[in-house]
Amino acid sequence: MAFESLADRLQNTFQKIRGKGKVNEADVKEMMREVRLALLEADVNFKVVKDFVKKVSERAVGQEVLKSLSPGQQVIKVVQEELTALMGGEQSKIAVSNRPPTVIMMVGLQGAGKTTTTGKLANLLRKKYNRKPLLVAADIYRPAAIKQLETLGKQLSFPVFSLGDQVSPVEIARQAIAKAKEDHHDYVLIDTAGRLHVDETLMGELKEIQQLANPDEIFLVVDAMTGQDAVNVAQSFNEQLGLTGVVLTKLDGDTRGGAALSIRAVTQTPIKFVGMGEKMDALETFHPERMASRILGMGDVLTLIEKAQANVDTEKAKELEQKMRTMSFTFDDFLDQLGQVRSMGPLDDLLKMLPGANKMKGLNNVSIDEKQIGRVEAIIRSMTKLEKEQPEAINAGRKKRIAKGSGTTIQEVNRLIKQFDDMKKMMKQMTNMQKGKKKGGFKLPFM
Amino acid sequence: MSFFKKLKDKFTHQTDTVTDKFKEGLTKTRNSFTGRVNDLVARYRKVDEDFFEELEEILFQADVGYETVEMLIDELKMEVKRKNIQDPADVQSVISEKLVDIYQGASSASVDLNMQEGSLTVILFVGVNGVGKTTTIGKLAHRFKQEGKKVILAAGDTFRAGAIEQLEVWGERVGVEVVKQAAGSDPAAVMFDSLQAAKARGADVLLCDTAGRLQNKVNLMKELEKVKRVIEREVPGAPHEVLLVLDATTGQNALIQAKTFKEATDVTGIVLSKLDGTAKGGIVLAIRNELEIPVKLVGLGEKMDDLQEFDPEKYVYGLFANVIEKGTEE
Ligand SMILES: Nc1nc2c(ncn2[C@@H]2O[C@H](COP(=O)(O)OP(=O)(O)OP(=O)(O)O)[C@@H](O)[C@H]2O)c(=O)[nH]1
Ligand SMILES: Nc1nc2c(ncn2[C@@H]2O[C@H](COP(=O)(O)OP(=O)(O)OP(=O)(O)O)[C@@H](O)[C@H]2O)c(=O)[nH]1
Ligand SMILES: [Mg+2]
Ligand SMILES: [Mg+2]
Repeated sequence: MAFESLADRLQNTFQKIRGKGKVNEADVKEMMREVRLALLEADVNFKVVKDFVKKVSERAVGQEVLKSLSPGQQVIKVVQEELTALMGGEQSKIAVSNRPPTVIMMVGLQGAGKTTTTGKLANLLRKKYNRKPLLVAADIYRPAAIKQLETLGKQLSFPVFSLGDQVSPVEIARQAIAKAKEDHHDYVLIDTAGRLHVDETLMGELKEIQQLANPDEIFLVVDAMTGQDAVNVAQSFNEQLGLTGVVLTKLDGDTRGGAALSIRAVTQTPIKFVGMGEKMDALETFHPERMASRILGMGDVLTLIEKAQANVDTEKAKELEQKMRTMSFTFDDFLDQLGQVRSMGPLDDLLKMLPGANKMKGLNNVSIDEKQIGRVEAIIRSMTKLEKEQPEAINAGRKKRIAKGSGTTIQEVNRLIKQFDDMKKMMKQMTNMQKGKKKGGFKLPFM
Repeated sequence: MSFFKKLKDKFTHQTDTVTDKFKEGLTKTRNSFTGRVNDLVARYRKVDEDFFEELEEILFQADVGYETVEMLIDELKMEVKRKNIQDPADVQSVISEKLVDIYQGASSASVDLNMQEGSLTVILFVGVNGVGKTTTIGKLAHRFKQEGKKVILAAGDTFRAGAIEQLEVWGERVGVEVVKQAAGSDPAAVMFDSLQAAKARGADVLLCDTAGRLQNKVNLMKELEKVKRVIEREVPGAPHEVLLVLDATTGQNALIQAKTFKEATDVTGIVLSKLDGTAKGGIVLAIRNELEIPVKLVGLGEKMDDLQEFDPEKYVYGLFANVIEKGTEE
């Protein structure tokens, strides 16, 4: 289970705490251990994790979580808030020099995606800002690096400036900027060779280019799959060059991308863009909240929790849970629950937000017809108290009456009773699952 | 101390450049890693929970991965209990022993490449984007060429801009033939051509490049399976090696990469590239431990001869050299 999401992890911890009513500091400590592990699994640097957990613990112990009836959700919420805050706001603006051309330098480790991102960025500048960039092939080391940029330039119809691989990158940059001025290019994108942050010679070369070109932006291009070393790399490039932004590539993969957090934490430099594929239009604005959820492996569960919290009466939720446990759940409760769920927004959307819902058999393709729910409500309202509490008492005659009273058909009444039955069975399964240690137990956040 | 003796002997008797190179490449790794172990030991007078917690962090920092770290810590705790170890300095020896243990694992799969004597050996390279597949092919071609083998390269990455040209530059550098088609053509077709060429020319080794692909791209993984099937069909018993190239800088995702590529192409070995950086590549312990795929080669730079065999004992020795040397002096 190397890749359980934080939600799953916390769920397991809460199983132990549940029933105790409130949580104490020791419980919080245990939850924090889960938070820590979740972040480590996501490749967040362990030092960053440490600081982070400390901060969250303080908030957790200070009231917010301890008093809550749903400590698990509270913890996730606090974690998410802190993560998002740490990640900073959205910043996808690209500098514009008042003395054109604006110069952008792409730097980073080998194979991170600099050349590809240079092409994508040029494409974005033209599409979104109507700019006319010049691409500069300043990687004279990697075999066919120039050819790679030229091919991308050709694909996109951008001119590529190159002096071959026998002229120093500094000289290439110098001549490229002169050429850009001459040809009235408003942007110059310099693709540099990949290098190790500890390679003094090559880092020195970057500093020289920087001094000469005086770039308005220096983007560090980082592979989203990077592990613990991301902090060293980012810190080192930042110290030596003074980064203005970060581009996180290959985020179309299935990595959690904890490097994003590490880099942000050690450099305080905004992540401006994310690479979402190999194609030239696969460059997107970076969204901190989405990244936070991704790192935690949670889909949009936070939005869901917020909605649930805003709409669900916690007293009722507790009562409901009790009823589910004891299987004394009635049609009245069902109605009640429907009302609460409906007040949270369109059901289709809610379902999509559930973690694991897409994996649950039968839930992935469900589309919920709101009108249908209206009819369900009508049917239940046409039941007597006895019928609501003891559905097994509903015989053929009663069914007929209910159908008539609700303006529906006997088939519909039958279907609802069947569904209600199934639901009870499912609840039983779920409560059993949660009692046992089985993972993958799934429950709505307000249960 | 026999364990250290053995390790040290093995190491000190190998004074050739191979060893030095490996050691050099790992210096940064070793310094920081061992430095931290030593710091740790200095700070603790007792082997207690806090000690293990900190040790856990050192391992996490090396990208070893949660499951392996937990397992290692659990075993260490047991060992400490069993032997009633009080002094953290003694724990150091247990650590390195355990690491080598984990690495060796149950199976003793060889790190040697499966070369066919007197007939064509086909090696397929797979991996995610930008890890070093093409470069490793260049390096390996150089090595085989030096051994007097006839080598052909298959330009199976028809997708990425400049990929074919990159392999061609390597071909020129090393002095071996590259079989290619136009950019954008079907990689399986390129593979077919290359196999025919290799057979016709009586080549000893065919090194097959493929485009980088993220393991969650189902279609691209299918494409790779197809490429492999073509090889299987054209040369019985081939590919003789399917090498997954992993970037040592990669974190936990490398484990998923290994899992998925193994399922799709039956990976036989790993090339751990970019070990000349400061990343520790500890994820290979997890991969070895969970999937039993051995690391066969390590990349230590961008030049032709920056490729070495992976020696697990040396690798662990590299991580713990200072600790071990101290241990043997006693
Ligand atoms: N899936 C995916 N692949 C990407 C992305 N960005 C880059 N790549 C791929 O990653 C590989 C390396 O990209 P390059 O642009 O060559 O990287 P680089 O940093 O210029 O490499 P060097 O110049 O060798 O240091 C290529 O196969 C790219 O197609 C991305 O966002 N998603
Ligand atoms: N420092 C260092 N760089 C390496 C090593 N191996 C490869 N590289 C560099 O990493 C970058 C990517 O290498 P490639 O061989 O193009 O990687 P690839 O896996 O073929 O990339 P794609 O085909 O785009 O998926 C290049 O700049 C290489 O020079 C290594 O062992 N050490
Ligand atoms: Mg490049
Ligand atoms: Mg390649």
